[in-house]
Amino acid sequence: MSHDAVAAVAGQTSTDRPDAGQAIVCQQVHHRYGDHEALRGVDLTINRGEIFALLGPNGSGKTTLFRLLSTLVPVQRGNITVAGLDVAADPLGVRGRIGIVFQSPSLDKKLTVDENIACQGALYGLTGAALQVRRDEVLSQMKLTDRRHDLCETLSGGLKRRVELAKGMLHRPDVMLLDEPSTGLDPAARIDLWHSLRAMTAAGITVVLTTHLLEEADKADHLAIMFQGQIIAEGTPHGLRSEMGDGLLTISAGDVDAVESILRDELHLAPQRVANQIRIRCEGAAALVPRIAERLGDQVQSIAVGRPGLEDVFIEKTGYRFN
Amino acid sequence: MSTITPPPPSVIPSVPTASPTNPRAAGASPRPSGIAAAWMLAKREWVRFFRQRNRVTSAVIQPLLFWLLFGTGLQGSFVGAGEQNFIEYFLPGTIALIVLFTAIFATISVIEDRREGFMQAVLVAPVGRWPVLAGKVLGGSAIAWVQAVVFLGLVYVFGAAPFSVSVVGVLVLLAVMAIAMCSLGMIVAWPMDSTQGFHAIMMLGLMPMWLLSGSFFPIPPIGAEAGVGQMILGGIMRANPLTYPMVELRRLLYPTVDFAASGFAPSPLVCWSVALVFMIGTSLLAWYLMRGSRRADLIA
Repeated sequence: MSHDAVAAVAGQTSTDRPDAGQAIVCQQVHHRYGDHEALRGVDLTINRGEIFALLGPNGSGKTTLFRLLSTLVPVQRGNITVAGLDVAADPLGVRGRIGIVFQSPSLDKKLTVDENIACQGALYGLTGAALQVRRDEVLSQMKLTDRRHDLCETLSGGLKRRVELAKGMLHRPDVMLLDEPSTGLDPAARIDLWHSLRAMTAAGITVVLTTHLLEEADKADHLAIMFQGQIIAEGTPHGLRSEMGDGLLTISAGDVDAVESILRDELHLAPQRVANQIRIRCEGAAALVPRIAERLGDQVQSIAVGRPGLEDVFIEKTGYRFN
Repeated sequence: MSTITPPPPSVIPSVPTASPTNPRAAGASPRPSGIAAAWMLAKREWVRFFRQRNRVTSAVIQPLLFWLLFGTGLQGSFVGAGEQNFIEYFLPGTIALIVLFTAIFATISVIEDRREGFMQAVLVAPVGRWPVLAGKVLGGSAIAWVQAVVFLGLVYVFGAAPFSVSVVGVLVLLAVMAIAMCSLGMIVAWPMDSTQGFHAIMMLGLMPMWLLSGSFFPIPPIGAEAGVGQMILGGIMRANPLTYPMVELRRLLYPTVDFAASGFAPSPLVCWSVALVFMIGTSLLAWYLMRGSRRADLIA
């Protein structure tokens, strides 16, 4: 499909909404489960037509945010607008405009691919001839046409996920929400998944996914990193990495304390201790290696030179390793 | 067998440009019809049922075995109204048991639906809760009804009960009972997160309800000459809403037998009223429970 055609599709969907630029807006969202505060003031804006990743370790609050966006739990404090509609005021309206793919599969295994999609169609007001046309469309888009009469219990994990995606996009949602979509998929199926997600954004759908995998978030257009119920960093993967500078040294040593004090006091560097490693962010990191190696000698086990990744962004903001 | 291969990049963005109409006009309506959703969910129950053959057989074979074993075994030690033997007496109870079993298996699937994830997609659909309940109850009760009717057909073919016009009443009454049982099953199943819990309630609640409805033994009198045990048992059985449709079912199956002479026999008006109130009451309670609970949504 040409670039112009993509723009035309995107333009078509955006003209009938007042807030053409934003698919999701969260303002000061708080959420509690009993005594546990799962979200602590989340502000977030997601633009139309992009793939947005909510990255965070387990327990960071991303699933709670996903549940709020998908209207599965009611908003306690703060405002959430999805596709121009307020989630608290009009949850049914929001449901009509979002497609959801849950982490655990939502297929009926005893039904065929076609029957599963027909079920979804009925739930979203698509029946009869309109359903047939649209079903053929999404099945061919997800490359499932030749498997449409198969029982879902006979499909592989990757194929099942594609059926989920087909279900989710059946009613032409403005926003697709996916909770950990690559969980349980083998590498080939993951690549396949991302092709499908890109096809969706090309059709003007905004894709929002949660993930705890750094390499997954790296493929998104924008991402927000969550930690302890808050968003600690937000931007494009490239932008976030660039903020961290160009170079990163990672030093493994037996006596980490001693090495850390030498680096700080004698070599006047700014070491950051993370677990049993020491990290130093600096320009021209490679040039430092001979100096450090000479001074530390046997005390050091390895020195690695690299560019900062998203994990380093996380470490920088939280002081913890991402796991 | 793995069939996944990453597609070549050239074929990836097969965006639906083919659709010449406005995407929104061709897509879903903003407020989908609950009836279409309920119908589809009911159809799903039906399709699933016939794809699980063990369910088909167990729901008919087990009551049939009960009927033949108990009916034959207790034949000598039982004398009922109108000189009925036990195999005749136990027939309405067996039909009720088929309805009860099938309704239970149909509603227990709501727990599986939730555990397997199907339900979460249904609960975030823009149709609200009532189509979910209606689909489950109507689908489940249609299955229960058909099974009971098939069994009833066999009963008539083998001449275990006299065929008469009152069979029309039997068919309607069975439908009312099936809906009531499915709704009752939903009330029990909806808040549960495990099928084990359901089985416990079934053995402690639903089976005794069936046993104490006059399906297995006659309802004892509670007059002045009755003992304390009989008074308690008779009182419980009279308070059991299932007792009334059972009395009416018995009367409709054996229209020539005079049951009024042999103890508890409320009028058809009372029986039908209790049956309908029971059905409406359980349906409303199930709907109330499903509307209210958010907690149940999150059991995954």
